[in-house]
Amino acid sequence: MSAVVARPPSGCDAPPILRERGQREVFCGLTGIVWLHRRIQDAFFLVVGSRTCAHLLQSAAGVMIFAEPRFATAIIEERDLAGRADMDDELDRVVGRLLERRPDIRMLFLVGSCPSEVIKLDLSRAAARLTRQFLPQTRVLSYSGSGIETTFTQGEDACLASLVPELPGSDAKQLLVAGALPDAVEAEFAGLFAQAGVGPVRFLPPRRATELPAVGPGTTLILAQPFLTETTRLLEGRGARLVTAPFPIGAEGTTLWLQAAALAMGADAARVEAAMAPGIARAKAGVARHRPMLEGRRIFFFPDSQLEIPLARFLSRELGMELVEVGTPYLNRQHLAGEFELLPSNTQISEGQDVDRQLDRCRAAAPDLVVCGLGLANPLEAEGLATKWSIELLFSPIHGFEQAGDLAGLFTRPLRRRAVLEV
Amino acid sequence: MQLTLWTYEGPPHVGAMRIATAMTGVHYVLHAPQGDTYADLLFTMIERRDRRPPVTYTTFQARDLGGDTAELFKTAARDAVERFRPEVLLVGASCTGELIQDNPEGLTRGLDVPVIALDLPSYQRKENWGASETFYQLVRRFAAGRPLPREGRQPCCNILGPTALGFRHRDDVREIESLLGRLGVAVNVVAPLSASPADLARLGEADFNIVLYPEIADTAAQYLQKQFGQPRVKTVPIGVAATREFVAEVAALAGLSAAECERNSNLPWYSRSVDANYLTGKRVFIFGDATHAIAAARVAVKELGFELVGLGTYSREYARDVRQAAASYGLEALISDDYLDVEARIAATEPELVLGTQMERHICKRLGIPCAVISAPVHVQDFPARFSPQMGFEGANVLFDSWVHPLMMGLEEHLLAMFREDSEFAEGAAPSHLGVGAMPLTEEAPAGADVLVVEDAQWDAEAEKQLKRIPIFVRGKARRNTEAFARERGLASISLQTLYDARAHYAR
Repeated sequence: MSAVVARPPSGCDAPPILRERGQREVFCGLTGIVWLHRRIQDAFFLVVGSRTCAHLLQSAAGVMIFAEPRFATAIIEERDLAGRADMDDELDRVVGRLLERRPDIRMLFLVGSCPSEVIKLDLSRAAARLTRQFLPQTRVLSYSGSGIETTFTQGEDACLASLVPELPGSDAKQLLVAGALPDAVEAEFAGLFAQAGVGPVRFLPPRRATELPAVGPGTTLILAQPFLTETTRLLEGRGARLVTAPFPIGAEGTTLWLQAAALAMGADAARVEAAMAPGIARAKAGVARHRPMLEGRRIFFFPDSQLEIPLARFLSRELGMELVEVGTPYLNRQHLAGEFELLPSNTQISEGQDVDRQLDRCRAAAPDLVVCGLGLANPLEAEGLATKWSIELLFSPIHGFEQAGDLAGLFTRPLRRRAVLEV
Repeated sequence: MQLTLWTYEGPPHVGAMRIATAMTGVHYVLHAPQGDTYADLLFTMIERRDRRPPVTYTTFQARDLGGDTAELFKTAARDAVERFRPEVLLVGASCTGELIQDNPEGLTRGLDVPVIALDLPSYQRKENWGASETFYQLVRRFAAGRPLPREGRQPCCNILGPTALGFRHRDDVREIESLLGRLGVAVNVVAPLSASPADLARLGEADFNIVLYPEIADTAAQYLQKQFGQPRVKTVPIGVAATREFVAEVAALAGLSAAECERNSNLPWYSRSVDANYLTGKRVFIFGDATHAIAAARVAVKELGFELVGLGTYSREYARDVRQAAASYGLEALISDDYLDVEARIAATEPELVLGTQMERHICKRLGIPCAVISAPVHVQDFPARFSPQMGFEGANVLFDSWVHPLMMGLEEHLLAMFREDSEFAEGAAPSHLGVGAMPLTEEAPAGADVLVVEDAQWDAEAEKQLKRIPIFVRGKARRNTEAFARERGLASISLQTLYDARAHYAR
């Protein structure tokens, strides 16, 4: 539909950005529930939306068969829209039934959707009312995961942002790591910070809704994920001081990230180096195994998770891949400043999407590997292009030193598989 | 509002997508926000289609709502026609698009392509209705033609109903086409699967219609019957007896002898072979779309000798048929699209096998009950690489294999019952042919069910030990029956004698 080449975000060697508006082949923010409900183990996510929302969630989560997931949809029906049923009463009834069935739930998120936003259903008011009713057993919060406002990982941003006003205040010095991380990664970072003499370290979101970290003027904030714009803004509003760095992906990114956090916490540089040294060595060795298969190969990113820029930087600098186009749904220039400095200056970045045009560019470029969503992967494979599902990059542990080799392996696997198959 | 953990059907526009994706020459422009594009992966991942569904989404955002979403739709439709050059353009709105009331039909005036505006009310209707309505609208727009004189040609028919993302539709069509071929009946058009709008224009040339999936194609077939006088075959050929009836019905309409096609199924002999004796009276619970649920009940009871303990459907449009079928087995049908209702009913009826959908697979995993899938919604493993129809004589073979496989084999079940205390037959052993990873069975009652109530009689040690020797899938029932028996007689404790007495009492 429309495409403009914007001016570089900053400096003269920053890359040109192609901005596009058209059909976006990306998930909405509701999809974040698929991993968030596993992360916060006593939280439940109730989407207030349509049958489409329920269908989206089960299709996106469909690869995982849970006995009973901690998410559900309150489906808006004709009688709700026609005013024959009072929406507040209906929501109270649904929440009552839910909490009766799941008394173990300590935090309930009412999650807004496209329909609830369009009809202007006030979920924050409903959440306040239900909190009064269900405290102390359950606290009820709300955020929007609607596709008209959020793209995929922005749902996590909205969820974490809704937690910020609930965090207790504290002036104490601490490091706060924001962004949902798998258990293994969180343990690795906690261990590294401890060895480097950095502490105390808290993580947002916490494992349990009852163990919210504190925040205040003594808090140093570092982001583990590149999509936390609103959460960051609110945490800064509570007094936290943001440290920007490249994201902890690959040996280099993890090193710079840990250094930035540790030094901001006043750690001893030599001790930080010593703590990181074994991890760096293992990460480099793990990545080196995959380099021969990826070096000089050309990769094309379709927009998906906002992790594209850090991933492209990792593939370019540590694996020697050539970046054909790096698509991302949305760029936070401030948070990604450290990443831009490390990207080759001629990298074609695209923000937003017009999927048909982007497919045209991708076919014309004939890259060796395409990173894309589930809707595009098989069709591109059928056309002869090797693909890597981008969603796997969110559902696998990819951050930190110990995961760097496995992360590289996610990109070599489609190529190794093609090399093996004789049919 | 309806509380929903899992949903049996998607929204109606997904039904429309199943029709558009099944056909060629059709493109669908959907007024929908980003995120609704998830529906593409149903086709590309679950069904492993090698092409994107022919759908353009306008993907409007919050900032467009204050501006001109109508202009966005116009541009998307114009671009889609230019890029994809369809023979017909379907236009409509998803649930959110419906709320902003942009009137897609009016916005496509002046496009150089036939346009069908789909009115699919998202807050009232669901996926199958959307598919049925879309197919009907296409048939209404394009169906034409009339049969040639019968002299000197084979009788011919249309096969209606198979769609994209349909449970075994691809294989059912192949099996039924081959069956018709052996009968001497030519197939004029299969639709919507693989049909183009030009093919729909030949629908009138057939002598009669075969409706394989009434949920999808009955409305269109009724229209064709009224408009072109084409009778329709109503028997759905699932199971041996139904396939024989289907053949007879087709033969009668075609004026042919059915005898030529007695290439029968293995099911009758397999079911009569002595090894299948252990299937007798197995308690089975059936849930699915109306067509598959009703057909499965008949096969389960009359062709495999199971006992039907529950029958239900999420297809409210066909509730009457399912109620009638259930009544013929002395049951009350469960008509619900609430996953929690279905779970509660399964738990309460204590089946030894559930024939259901992907959702019942979740339930059975939780309750530790064997399960086979008979109906949409299904998952990627229900689109097998091999030929695996549900319909026709080969379909009956598939039903026998896939329903019997999750169960304990005959001799194994006896050995387990006889030597329950053998150390290798651990408590709750699963069928050995399903491997060590198979879900172990537990007597764990569903949440809310009271297994032991305080005022009930207490089990003594000997009785409790004997209770543990009862196969796991009937143990809950034995426990409850014995406790009820003791309660009725005012017994304070349950001894081995009480257990035997209760068993004899309920066996009568």
